[in-house]
Amino acid sequence: MKYLLLIYGNEAHWDTLKEPERMSIYKEYMDLSAEWGKSGKSLGGNELKPIATASTVRVRNGKRSVTDGPFAETKEQLGGYYLVEAKDLDEALELAAKIPSVRWGSIEVRPINPH
Amino acid sequence: MATVARTMNIDQIYREEWGRVLATVIRMVGSFDLAEEAVQEAFTVAVEKWPSEGLPQNPRAWLVSTARHKAIDHLRRARRMELQGDDDLARTADSRSSLQKHSDESFLEESMRDQSGHHAPMNHSSGNDERLSLIFTCCHPALAQESQVALTLRTLCGLTTEEIARAFLVPLPTMAQRLVRTKQKIRAAEIPYRVPDKRDLPDRLEAVMLVIYLVFNEGYAASSGDNLVRRELCQEAIRLGRILCELLPDDPAPRALLALMLLHDSRRSARTGPNNELVTLEEQDRTLWDRDEIHEGQALVEAVLRAGHRDEYAIQAAIALLHAQAETPAETDWPQIAGLYDLLCHVHPTPVVELNRAAAVGMARGPDHGLQLLDEIAARGELEDYYLLPAARADLLRRAGRKSEAAAAYRSALALVKSGAEKQYLQKRLLEMETEGP
Repeated sequence: MKYLLLIYGNEAHWDTLKEPERMSIYKEYMDLSAEWGKSGKSLGGNELKPIATASTVRVRNGKRSVTDGPFAETKEQLGGYYLVEAKDLDEALELAAKIPSVRWGSIEVRPINPH
Repeated sequence: MATVARTMNIDQIYREEWGRVLATVIRMVGSFDLAEEAVQEAFTVAVEKWPSEGLPQNPRAWLVSTARHKAIDHLRRARRMELQGDDDLARTADSRSSLQKHSDESFLEESMRDQSGHHAPMNHSSGNDERLSLIFTCCHPALAQESQVALTLRTLCGLTTEEIARAFLVPLPTMAQRLVRTKQKIRAAEIPYRVPDKRDLPDRLEAVMLVIYLVFNEGYAASSGDNLVRRELCQEAIRLGRILCELLPDDPAPRALLALMLLHDSRRSARTGPNNELVTLEEQDRTLWDRDEIHEGQALVEAVLRAGHRDEYAIQAAIALLHAQAETPAETDWPQIAGLYDLLCHVHPTPVVELNRAAAVGMARGPDHGLQLLDEIAARGELEDYYLLPAARADLLRRAGRKSEAAAAYRSALALVKSGAEKQYLQKRLLEMETEGP
């Protein structure tokens, strides 16, 4: 059975770490990804860029609205995900606007941090 | 004498060319920060060299070319730092993505690839006008509105961070951080540097016009800081409006916005009294109105309406024009204004628009009609904390001769009002209601 493991961190805390500490944590992740990739446990994983890079898309009454910032509604809950390839944010936003839940929920568009 | 003239020329050239040069260089180097630094340095060289060497034949091309060379210098330095393992310095040059894409240093020298993959020719004079790409990028909906405003003023108008901070009554470090974060988001989320597709253009243009209008209103409002800064903001907004009209020659939308701003601005000199007190439209000395701005506004309104364009800016501009055309307050065509507000309520229904309509109806058909509409707004629970609702009621009651009721309404307004000038005005009216005979 498949599971999605969502990583919630503390950006403020990460910002306080020095480069060697960060490098050490990244190495742990790389080792884990390599191990899981080999064993077939991981079907994919990525680091996301910080929430300052996030945008949120909603469509209400056929009108698309894009706002700066991560998803922040308390009455909506994480229900699914897509990992997409897009040439820039505009295309990513367009793709987001096609997802059915965009009509009653929100789609957060967060860039992947390429490693 | 000659030195002063040359200095003034450079200031003027800065004003006129900053946005255009920056927009071009951003296209060339693919980075806001790198471009800003390079263009800043180019202008610094200009200030140093031009007074003694004279103005170049094509100042714009000179600035673009100089900026490009400065940018190449930066990239070379950063690349050296990176090769030497000095990662921090390499990062501060904000050129990582460029470096990753262009590993060949001679490539950097030959040309800089623009986003469509074309090589910018070495000796082109000044390139295409990239300001449309710049303004649409600055006003991208994925950026917070206050960020859109700040970045637009910084990049298109060349206002310094300090000037922008002062204009919006925000501490300098806050504004500096806002600009830094905005550019970071553009880079990190890869907001593209381009003019939106035709399909998206109307919505995106709406966002741009809203930013320009916000800048204008910030300058126009009685609540902001010092006079000089406020006037500058209005001027910058009008400049942006003109640029937009120039870049979109077939679109009536920016013309409607420009008309509205010009017509409001035409009353600038008449709006405040000698002690900085508020002078209402009715009481203004109309000889102080700027006739040139009114004529320009009029021509724009007529062109916009002829084109069948009826958005909220167009209708508000038409209303402003009717006021501008009245030689005296008594000659104001209130019925037509009320009719236009009816239309505006259709196109842009907001409680504030309803409020303005009520005031106009009160003037066109009699205070009772206006008061009824105000009652309806209040009954809906709208504008509860907005001082202009009781103020509008007070005004109509005053005109109807219902003094004690007017006084009560003025008191309600005073309880809610924020700005000093508006407060003074309301207090003056309250005093009139309390001291005049029956």
